[in-house]
This record gives sequence, C-alpha cells and structure tokens, in this order.
Amino acid sequence: MTDMTKLDAKIPEGPIDKKWTKHKNNINLVNPANKRLIDVIVVGTGLAGSSAAASLAEMGYNVKAFCFQDSPRRAHSIAAQGGINAAKNYQNDGDSTYRLFYDTVKGGDYRSREANVHRLAEVSTNIIDQCVAQGVPFAREYGGLLDNRSFGGVQVSRTFYAKGQTGQQLLLGAYSALSRQISKGKVKLYNRHEMMDLVIVDGKARGIIARNLITGEIQRHSAHAVVLCTGGYGNVFYLSTNAMGSNVTAAWKAHRRGAFMANPCFTQIHPTCIPVSGDYQSKLTLMSESLRNDGRIWVPKKKEDAQAIRDGKLKPTQIKEEDRDYYLERRYPAFGNLVPRDVASRAAKERCDAGFGVNKTGQAVYLDFADAITRYGKTEARVQGIENPSDAKVKELGTKVVSAKYGNLFEMYEKIVDENPYETPMMIFPAVHYTMGGLWVDYNLMTTVPGCFACGEANFSDHGANRLGASALMQGLADGYFVLPYTIGGFLADDIRTGPIADDSPEFMKAESEVKERLEKLLSAKGTKPVDYFHRKLGLLMWDNCGMSRNAENLKKTIEDIRALREEFWKDVRVPGKSGETNPELEKANRVLDFLELGELMCKDALDREESCGGHFREEYQTEEGEALRDDENFKFVSAYEYTGDPGAAVLHKEELVYEAIEVKTRSYK
Amino acid sequence: MNLTLKVWRQSGPDAEGRMETYQVKDISGDMSFLEMMDVLNAQLIEKGEEPVVFDHDCREGICGMCSMYINGRPHGPKQHTTTCQLHMRSFKDGDTIHIEPWRASAFPVIKDLMVDRSSFDRVIQAGGYISVNTSGNTLDANAIPVPKDDADAAFDAATCIGCGACVAACKNASAMLFVSAKVSQLSLLPQGKVEAAERVKNMVAQMDKEGFGNCTVTGACEAECPKGISLENIARMNREYLKAQLTPGK
Repeated sequence: MTDMTKLDAKIPEGPIDKKWTKHKNNINLVNPANKRLIDVIVVGTGLAGSSAAASLAEMGYNVKAFCFQDSPRRAHSIAAQGGINAAKNYQNDGDSTYRLFYDTVKGGDYRSREANVHRLAEVSTNIIDQCVAQGVPFAREYGGLLDNRSFGGVQVSRTFYAKGQTGQQLLLGAYSALSRQISKGKVKLYNRHEMMDLVIVDGKARGIIARNLITGEIQRHSAHAVVLCTGGYGNVFYLSTNAMGSNVTAAWKAHRRGAFMANPCFTQIHPTCIPVSGDYQSKLTLMSESLRNDGRIWVPKKKEDAQAIRDGKLKPTQIKEEDRDYYLERRYPAFGNLVPRDVASRAAKERCDAGFGVNKTGQAVYLDFADAITRYGKTEARVQGIENPSDAKVKELGTKVVSAKYGNLFEMYEKIVDENPYETPMMIFPAVHYTMGGLWVDYNLMTTVPGCFACGEANFSDHGANRLGASALMQGLADGYFVLPYTIGGFLADDIRTGPIADDSPEFMKAESEVKERLEKLLSAKGTKPVDYFHRKLGLLMWDNCGMSRNAENLKKTIEDIRALREEFWKDVRVPGKSGETNPELEKANRVLDFLELGELMCKDALDREESCGGHFREEYQTEEGEALRDDENFKFVSAYEYTGDPGAAVLHKEELVYEAIEVKTRSYK
Repeated sequence: MNLTLKVWRQSGPDAEGRMETYQVKDISGDMSFLEMMDVLNAQLIEKGEEPVVFDHDCREGICGMCSMYINGRPHGPKQHTTTCQLHMRSFKDGDTIHIEPWRASAFPVIKDLMVDRSSFDRVIQAGGYISVNTSGNTLDANAIPVPKDDADAAFDAATCIGCGACVAACKNASAMLFVSAKVSQLSLLPQGKVEAAERVKNMVAQMDKEGFGNCTVTGACEAECPKGISLENIARMNREYLKAQLTPGK
C-alpha cells in the first residue's frame, strides 16, 4: 500500500541558497520571557543531543536531557575518528558551500533532500568557528592556523581533525557547553536513564516514559516537545562499529506512536574495519577513513599467493610490487583509494568473493602504508638537510610523520590484532558503521508526530543512500547547534499559554503501565537462552541478507526467518533478575526486541526498492561492470513507513525528491 | 585457556560485598577482557545465577565507561590500555585473575563492578568550559593563530577519557590528573585564558567538595592512565591555581 498525500516536507520556496535565510526570517519566535514557560525533553547526549540541549537552554527553554550512559560525555559520537567537514576553503583548493552541497548530494547517490543538504553546507563553517571558540583543539599547522585533510568522495581538503579523536574532541566541546547549562540549572540531566516510550497527548508529543537504570524506577516526564537525538541502529547487525549500548528503542517507540521511519534499509558499511576474529566477538573496530589519504589498498594478483597467505606460508611483505592488485586505483583512477565508502566496501567484497582475500578467513584486504612512510621520510630528510639518506633513515623519519598523523589508530590496531602496522600492512574488511535511514523529518526536523523532532543520525535527511566521511559530525552539530534551536520555535510558539504539561493524564498513565507490562513479560519468559543468543542470530541474518549485497529471494526468506526468530525469542529467552533494580540483561532484552521488529522493516524496504543506490546494492540491478544501477524514473523518492501494528504490514508513503539546483546524473568516480 | 576468576560481588550501594570465585574455560587469546566477561555472564545466566554487572560501552578504548581493577591495577596489566582493549593474550592458561571495582569514596559502588562517577561531571560543571554561547557568530576560526606546540599540548591533555583510573590508582584517591587535564587544555589555548583564574579555583573547590584526596605526587595516576595523560598537567594546574590566588579581584 502506498500513499502520497501525507508527507509535506515544508521546504521553503525560493532559490536554494536563499531558502534557509528566508525561512529563519519567517519562523515564529518565542520571546525570552515565554521561553521560560516552555519545557523541552532532549533524549541522547551525543553531538546532536548535547549541542541541542545546550543551545535550547542558552536560548531560555527549560531542558531535560536524558542519556543511558553514566555520563553525557560517553555517547557514541565520542568514538568518531577522522574529522568534520566544513566549506571554509582555507586550503584555497576551490571549495565552496556549493561544492560541499554538491559532493554530499552526489555522494548520497541522489537520494537525499536537496534543501536540507544545502542548509547543512551553509552552516558547516559556523560549526568550526563555534568549536574553536569552545576550545576544541583541532590540528594546526606551524603557522598556527587550522590544518585540513581529505576524505572519500571529494577532491578538496575540507576535513578538520584532531588526530584520530575528532569525535571525542567535538563531543567534549558540546559536553562542556551542556555542563555549563547544567551548572546554571537550565538543563536538568538524567544520566543512566533510558527512554522507554513516547507519550502523545491530543496528537502532540508531550513527554516520555523513562526507566532509571539504577533503581529500575519507571518515570513519567512531560514537556512541550520531545527531541530525539538517539543515534543510529547499526546494532541491528549485532556486530558493528557502534557502542554496545547503541540502540533503536527511542526511535522505534516514536515509530510505533506514529513517526514514519524513512529509508530504513540505507545502511553504511564502512570499508576499513578490523576483520572479525572469532565467534565470541562482541563488536568491530573502525580504522578511520583518513587512513586512505596515505594507505593503499591491495590484494595479491594471483590466487595462489592469496591462498599461501591464508595458509600462513607467505607474508604480505614478500609479495612483489608487480604481483599486487591495487584494485581501487585500477578501477577508479580519478578517486583511487579515496572513493566513497559504499564503492570501496563493495570492491573489497568483490575481491574476497573472487578468492583473493587474505587473513585466515579470506575476508580481508590490505591497507598498506609502506609507500607513504617512504614518501614522507624522503621529504623529511630533505627538510632536515640529510643528503642521500639510507633506507633505514628514510623509514625512521617517515614512520615519525605517519605516527604523528595516525598514531592512536596504529596503536589501536596493534592492541587488537597483535601486529605492528608500521612493519606489515593492516588487514581490513567492511563492517556496519552508520545508518543513513532514520525517522522521517520535514525541513524543520519535525517527525510526522507534531512536537517530536529528530536530529543527527536518528533522522534520515542529509545523507541519502550513502554518507560521505566526516559528514556525520557535521550533521550532528549542525542540527543541534544551528538548525533545531531555530526551527523548534515554529512549533513552540503555539505553546506560550499552554502552561506546564500534566504528567498524570490518562495518556501518561497508560503509557507507563504498558512499559511496566512489557518488562514484566520479558522477565517472566522462562526460557533457556540469554538475550545475546537472539541478537547474534538476528545480526547474522541481517549481515548475510540485508548487508553489502541483497536480492529479492533472500530478503523474502529473511523476513520469514526474522518473524520466526521473534517467536523463538518469546519462547526461549531468559532474562534474569527483577525490574526494580540495576539489570543490564533486562535493558538488552528490551532493545533487542525492537531490533527484531526493525530488522523486518529493513528487509521489507530493501525488497521494495528495486534498484541499487549508494549502500543499497540489489544484485538484480547492476551494470555489466558490477556498478550500482539506479532507477530514477521509478525510485527517486524517500520511502517513509507508517507503523500499523506489525512491522511487515507498514504502509509505504513516498516523498518524491525534486532536484532544482543539481542535475541528477549517474554517479561515477572513475 | 582455562582461568579462575575472583570477582567482587555487591548487590547494592549499602550491601556488603565479597569476592566470588568462578571458572571460565576455552578462552581464546584474541578475546578482549570484556568478551571473556561476556562468556562468564552467559554461563551464569544459563545456570540461573545473576550475571556480573559492569560498565562498558564503546569497547574501543575511547568512551571511558569500562572501569575494572584487574589484579590490583586499574584496567589491568598493559600500559596505555583500557579494560575493553586488554586482550586475553596478556594472560596464561591456569591464571587466577582478581577483578574489583574502582575504589574511592567519591566513586561509590552501585552494584558489583559498577561505580558512580558523576562527581567527575560535577567537577566539569564547576568550570570545565569556555563561556561562549552557541550563536555561530563567533570569530572566524583562523582569526586567532595558536602556536602548534600549544595546540598539540592542549590536545594531549584533552584526550583524557574521564574513566577515573587515575583516582583508582592513587593511594589518596586524588582526582588531580583528571582535573588538571581539563584545566591545562583550556589554559593553553587563547580562548580559555579569559576566565582561567575563576575556572581553576572553582574546579579545585568542587574537586575537594566531592571528597577526592590530595596529591602527593606519587605518579601512580600517570603510570596507570590508559591515555598517557602527563603529570606535567598537575604542575601546570598548580601554577594556574597559584596565579589565580595572586590575581587581585579574582
């Protein structure tokens, strides 16, 4: 079933580069005295949540901020490594707002909303100014100015960074702004609290039900609006680069209460992660895309060499230059190792499937820094005035340069794999990293539930079918610092005379008792298997059938398999302990239950979308060279699903994508 | 490998705790320490016993949530390594491993190995920020050049993950390394100099109020810090503090 009538993206009229300014000028404002009468709940304290909560509080709203971690600083934005994009053009390499906008729309394979992306590019430069003012210690050059590097899918250097810990530094900046508002009493922090449901009163989101994760107490929290900054749902795959606690529960509850879920099948599989080592594995670790500035990706040219490596009879350093296949440089000469993530991941899979993979499992390719070490070493020798340096000296100097750029990543690799990546190439393989899909939002970042907003990775709007590197941090902070604080005024302006929202209305009481029932039901399932057993099983189903490559037959079967797994879960899960206490197993069970529903919707969406675009690769739709074959005539729309009581029966609504500023073309990185 | 685990079990903040002994079998050297704990917990659940509660999240050494005291050392035997990045290849078949929570009165135990570190958040709330609103209308980011050495030193201090290993390692349960890392980051940058005096005084006052001990410069914090935060930061904070005391009107 489809319906075209229910979605209004509320994109302002006018030329693309005037829309945001014009919209800001026309948005309803709430005056400072009235802001003091309005409460806003922000769920999640990552880049989007912390920045939104801090900004709303600075403006005068009363904010309640929630995070399930013990401190807001631990939200998973902290783990982002490589950088944040901004169209500053400090390198004078031809960058501009338009180019960042264009790269992002093209990178997303023409499945993002043009107006939102342009706004993102416009505010990108403010983010860098803001962060520097907050004391974020970005990398600098010797002249004292900010340094930049390149990321995939672009031909300029617009990425600002703080070694391999950019996310950490940006989040600590937002956390400090949040902490300042907490100290002023403008934000009340609820750490170790998890959102269990969204409460809707008279058609508007007016609060949440939360669980105190220490005492187990179920609480009702009311507000005039609810902002979800709860991140992505990559953990539906069990193994991903997400933190263990990252989950879809808040977004899924909003979905069940009427918020449409958009493009749920658009998942980003990141090409450079540390390969899986065994069945016990609980998570995967990313090696930043920034490494592809200097690392070259290859596999052996000959199958027998690959086999010998897998058997431990040959080392990568013993493979001669002419026997190596630098397959990205071969297939995509214009972008080489810096093609976008979806392209790089598929190319790695293609080589491994063809029998050229390395590692014991055959599921890995090399990321090699030997050339970079030599190149930097020679430059450094020249700078230091060393004539005819020995190979050893060149390597020593080059190693220092590479270490200064990526030191912490190399250390991380060595800790996990127990090999020194300065001496032997890294082994890498694609892994689930980010979800472009999420709650459908209009231009104001409001979901289809009035008063319920979604920011950052939790929404769908800016990255289309594939996100470019260093753009997640940009979007999280853009939404939280510079977009939502303005657009939320348009909704809240109607609430200046509403007064406090009661938290004991029938709607709140009903939602509270439903949450309690669900937890009791989980605790009373008298099965034999821990929650992780089901999560792993779901993850494997999703990875094999709704991962890097998908086809109709497998997707149909997987939908059946997931439904069966849901039944098995209720029959055979064992959740120890009680609800009224600290109980991490109960938390997990509650989250996995939502993943078991989301997984089905993702497969349904992947099945419905009969084309290949970005991270969504349907085997039936590819060119002779194995590139994604998009179908603009029939699928140039956002799929937004309405929950109707069963994930498989969700109703599809389409937001037709209109491109006025950009000509829609076949995406090529050759 | 097969291991004997001696794990601190404590059902709540006011309950009495005790060490319990468990056996785990067929542990691979490539497993992380927390994956080994997952194996233990799966085993306990299957037997109908309560799993061990511990904090963890990113499992890649950056969120600062994991916090185990392993064989008498915060985060265990490897230098510059958080518990989640410690791999079982650091242990041998037949080893007995003691696992306890962080111990400090400012970090009360919540349950088993989980402690309450919100005192750290309150220290940051006391002044660990630069007072600028998020207007987007600040100076251009390149308007004030920052010498690379200062920027790099500020970054090194800012890599603190707030895990609390420094407090757990210190015989006085002092938080000086944590607090000084933030004070250093902001005092090294021109943007942070404006309110440097108030910042250091307020943060130190809050640190004392939370019940952290004093610093006697033993250096255990630096030795055990998984991110290698340097003792120099404590010296810098002491200088900043002295300067603040001597600044008239501040």
